[in-house]
Amino acid sequence: MAGSSPAEYISHHIQNLTYGRHADGSLGFARTAEEATEMGFWAINVDTMFWSLLTGIVFCWLFRKAAINATVKNPGRLQSFVEMLVEMVSTSVKDAFNGNNALIAPLSLTIFVWIFLMNLMDLVPVDFVPQLSHLIGIEFMKMVPTTDVNATFGMSLSIFGLMIFYGIKVKGLGGFFGELAFHPFGKALLPVNLVLETVSFIAKPLSLSLRLFGNMFAGELVFVLIAALVPFYLQWAFSVPWAIFHILVITLQAYIFMMLTIVYLSQSHEIHDAH
Amino acid sequence: MESVVAFSALAAGIMVGLGALGAGVGIGILGSKFLEGAARQPELVPMLQARMFLMLGLTDAVPIIAIAFAALMMFANPFLGQIG
Repeated sequence: MAGSSPAEYISHHIQNLTYGRHADGSLGFARTAEEATEMGFWAINVDTMFWSLLTGIVFCWLFRKAAINATVKNPGRLQSFVEMLVEMVSTSVKDAFNGNNALIAPLSLTIFVWIFLMNLMDLVPVDFVPQLSHLIGIEFMKMVPTTDVNATFGMSLSIFGLMIFYGIKVKGLGGFFGELAFHPFGKALLPVNLVLETVSFIAKPLSLSLRLFGNMFAGELVFVLIAALVPFYLQWAFSVPWAIFHILVITLQAYIFMMLTIVYLSQSHEIHDAH
Repeated sequence: MESVVAFSALAAGIMVGLGALGAGVGIGILGSKFLEGAARQPELVPMLQARMFLMLGLTDAVPIIAIAFAALMMFANPFLGQIG
């Protein structure tokens, strides 16, 4: 690790800990990046799963603790903080969501806090956890779940499923597909409408996940680049300003993911007039 | 092999450069309009600021995605695997 070249160091840091079936048929962890690629679709990124579940559990535990201990008489710091977050999400949902659905606000709160916590892993020094896991014998360790495209696509595909589900539930099957088929140009140009609307419908989850992934991956990569290319006594001069700037980015990306979820789900609750 | 590496390097440079160009113009316009609006209606600043940051994140996203893919090409080039 310390003696390897910058390119090796960087590609080591962007490699997930992958568990799957080897080429010879045995199950196990991938030891190199090529092995991880050969495992194909039915492999699991154990580090992504671990850190995302851990941050999810921390989120649930913290908010449950605040909810159980909530008092009117003397609210503590944790309660005030949680109330602030809930209020922020609640105002955003009230502003942007026009339907009537009790799921949207809790969903938005979960998305915001969970993505924020996952992004927050980015501020842990890049070599800290990988070195610790190296000491106990785990070769690869990527700490930030949102720098794994599988995690962000998992989230955005769930949103996509909800969009289709509520679209069909609110508008009916005919209304949902009618919106795809008759929307921009009227009934005469049905194939054109269908292509345009389908592309823009599919682009929504795609851009949602790639935006989060791209931002977090690029941010992580800058940290890794600083660690790889700058001598250790100068690293703080680059990584501290970037970390401070990155606090803005991680909050903003969590907020944008939440806002766009609300907007997309609001669109699938709106019933348009037939042309 | 060499030409794949060379073209990948060029592609990465173009991706980062054009992405930065577009985002620079976009964020410049966004910021200047925000300042104009803030100067005209100072009481609207909190509302405008929240929306500006939202738009900033949206504008920022495309070049950032391009940078991520450019970085992928620089450090873990997927095309090298195809030529074996």
